[in-house]
Amino acid sequence: MDTVTTKQARRANWFKFDARAYTMIGALLAIWVLFSLLHERFLTATNLSNLFLQMSVTAILAIGMVLVIVAGHIDLSIGSLVGFTGGVAAMLNVWYDWSTIPVIVVTVAIGAAAGLVQGWIIAYKAVPAFIVTLGGMLVFRGLLFGSTGSVTVAPLSPSLKSIGQSYTSDVVGWIFGIAGLLVAAYLVILKRASRRKYGFDVEPLAISLLRMILVGALILGFVAVMNSYKGIPVPFVMVVVLALVFTFISKNTTFGRQVYAIGGNAEAARLSGINIRRKVLLVFVLCNTLAAVAALVLTARLNAATMSAGQNYELDAIAACVIGGTSLVGGSGTIVGALIGALVMGSLDNGMSLMNMESFWQYIVKGGILVLAVYVDIYSRKRKKAQS
Amino acid sequence: MTAALEMRNITKEFPGVKALDDVTFTVKKGEIHALCGENGAGKSTLMKVLSGLYPTGSYDGHILINGEEKRFSGIKDAEEAGIAIIYQELALVKDLSIAENLFLGKEKARFGIINWERVFKESERWLAEVGLTDVSPETPTGTLGIGKQQQVEIAKALSKNAGILILDEPTAALTEQEVAILLDILREFRKRGVTCIYISHKLNEVFSIADSITVLRDGRTIGTYPAREINEEKVISLMVGRELKELFPRIEAKPGDVVLRVEDYSVLHPQFAGKKVIDNITFEVRKGEIFGIAGLMGAGRTELVMSLFGSYPGESVGLVEIDGKPVRIRNTEQAIREGMALVSEDRKKFGLVLGMDIKSNLTLASLPMFAAGGVLDPNREVASGNESIRALRIKAGSVETVVGTLSGGNQQKVVLGKWLLTKPKILILDEPTRGIDVGAKFEIYNMMNELIRQGVAIIMVSSELPELLGMSHRIMVIAEGKRVAEFRAKDATQERIMTAATGGKGG
Repeated sequence: MDTVTTKQARRANWFKFDARAYTMIGALLAIWVLFSLLHERFLTATNLSNLFLQMSVTAILAIGMVLVIVAGHIDLSIGSLVGFTGGVAAMLNVWYDWSTIPVIVVTVAIGAAAGLVQGWIIAYKAVPAFIVTLGGMLVFRGLLFGSTGSVTVAPLSPSLKSIGQSYTSDVVGWIFGIAGLLVAAYLVILKRASRRKYGFDVEPLAISLLRMILVGALILGFVAVMNSYKGIPVPFVMVVVLALVFTFISKNTTFGRQVYAIGGNAEAARLSGINIRRKVLLVFVLCNTLAAVAALVLTARLNAATMSAGQNYELDAIAACVIGGTSLVGGSGTIVGALIGALVMGSLDNGMSLMNMESFWQYIVKGGILVLAVYVDIYSRKRKKAQS
Repeated sequence: MTAALEMRNITKEFPGVKALDDVTFTVKKGEIHALCGENGAGKSTLMKVLSGLYPTGSYDGHILINGEEKRFSGIKDAEEAGIAIIYQELALVKDLSIAENLFLGKEKARFGIINWERVFKESERWLAEVGLTDVSPETPTGTLGIGKQQQVEIAKALSKNAGILILDEPTAALTEQEVAILLDILREFRKRGVTCIYISHKLNEVFSIADSITVLRDGRTIGTYPAREINEEKVISLMVGRELKELFPRIEAKPGDVVLRVEDYSVLHPQFAGKKVIDNITFEVRKGEIFGIAGLMGAGRTELVMSLFGSYPGESVGLVEIDGKPVRIRNTEQAIREGMALVSEDRKKFGLVLGMDIKSNLTLASLPMFAAGGVLDPNREVASGNESIRALRIKAGSVETVVGTLSGGNQQKVVLGKWLLTKPKILILDEPTRGIDVGAKFEIYNMMNELIRQGVAIIMVSSELPELLGMSHRIMVIAEGKRVAEFRAKDATQERIMTAATGGKGG
């Protein structure tokens, strides 16, 4: 009798690890399998390298968007902001011959300033974020047209271009991979130790090991595949670094905790003495700063600033967050989820382009997948609720 | 003559509580029948049964209207049977005009196209019925005063051919003049044969208008009396007439220095300019004592403490001193810095982030204590969470249990634990034991004692008189935003407090 229950408990533990993360990863794998069956070139190193390069811009935007949505707001302006800040970067570099570092500094500063203005209106003047950033969407696009005189600005200097077009060397790639592996292993050990110290259930060692091996295989496999082409795309390295930084912010800082509390129950947060306005302002500053970073990557990759750059990117970013489990009501969502969401969106784009599907089909499929993902999520949550 | 309404042997249970226990309630045709009882006596539940909000089958017993048994499966059925209820919180759409509100859901329309001339004409007729002749039916209801909004509600009820009109605390938000107008309208209705059920805490109003009075206590009918044969004192004793059977572990206070002094403090209504929700209140609280605040629903107790805590939207004027120094508290952050903490009356709305785990809720008001340079130390958080769980006897799997899954009593302990981590000098408890079981109540009382021993000053707002009497050392009574009485514990009785709170002459 006893042994049966412990066995059952242990089995429950096996599957406890965030069912929705499994669902997302499963969906991603299904998409990959489907495309690899439909097109023989999908699962080649060249194409995967392309895929990770292409999804980087959406991923950077989604990382910033997660915090905005978790705080219970929305930012519709980041697509246009990508266009505008990318335009500024290209103009400074091409027309005024600025070198790379000052261009980066000024571009990122403009992003932060945009966040400061929008966040201030939203947090301190209580204008709904939907409206403020809808306005921002038009204003930034207008600023792009006005400042560039509606012409494409190109080509960039080689060093600025390299932000979006270079790859890590094989050696550097392996160093990243092994460092990542060691850090991951160290964190798992650390977590197990601290959970044991405070008397929490610790998952069976076998599972920890299995998971570590899986993660390790994933990391090293990724590096091997990327190295077999040109190496890891630099934009994707930036995505990984930003994702780590923002995961840390969301989970391990007072600021992150307060943002989740504000989204979960703003009244309770306010009555706990949290300065809601300041946090919301900061959330928008972060989101728009990341938009400027994404703009640098995009402009560098295209080696040009175009008038339509970044159009509808805000919707891709929001979709990535939502597919990754961020609740539009606020209060819940993870950076990792948003990354997987961005990878899903990127894979759909990449696979359908590869198959030469007409672009109207691409829109329809992406739209359908977005609604389906949220439907499945809501449905499964309802079922879970009904069971408990 | 058959009764207009007969409710027979009504029993309604919620999980763990019998809200109504074999209640019988009979209302004669064309009379104004007052329903009296303390907060939580079962008045609102009874009316929800009558109005179809709790459908047939969710309770035991029978409802007869004009001698005919009725089964309501929803509000619509009750409305068709002629029952109209006007709630404390008015249910008007503020941005729509009076006329649109009157015919909401039953627009005068053909093929979906509204005949506005007919709407306005009929609106004027119904408004005249309730004495609202000086406003146009096109006026947006949000621009009307609260008294006139209520008249619109009554007109709306009449337009549905209501034979039985139920008013739930209709005068809670009204000025004296508006009350007089309302009572006149009701007297006019009585002449025309409309039956009216009047629920109010204010006994002076009840006695000026009611023909019969039914008293409920703890979910049971105590009795129905003709208003002429009974008086206010008798009704109060019937309402509170229960033994202090719960145990209150009160300890003697050793009051120290004055921590909080409030002088000539007034709070304005956030929406209605010129209306004061708190009117010139003065009091002080000492270290190591429990200061009770009594009053009826809507008297302004919550508004007072929320305003002191910097979290009420209405402006305040007056002097507030903490430890002898005048302070001007504008927001909650500042209140916490000054050593105040407030456990609000609605823990789900104001106290907890239900989707977060216990430890995150506990540390929410004191996060900087658990961080260095803005980076949280999860170990310290867990350790402190475990300590709170132990000290407060929170029953939960671990500090990582999501608070939304806890019972009411344990949730309340989490809220309390959150504030204890801020090490407050002044702890304000607004309805600290609402909706929690006896065992958890007792534990919370013990915790309060431990705190006053440590020199914390506690302000307790409560609707439960036994609790106030059993735990407080001094009790201030508020009625309509004014301080009407203050008792020392040994002089206070339920009768004296209720008399003061219902507008009678008290201590």
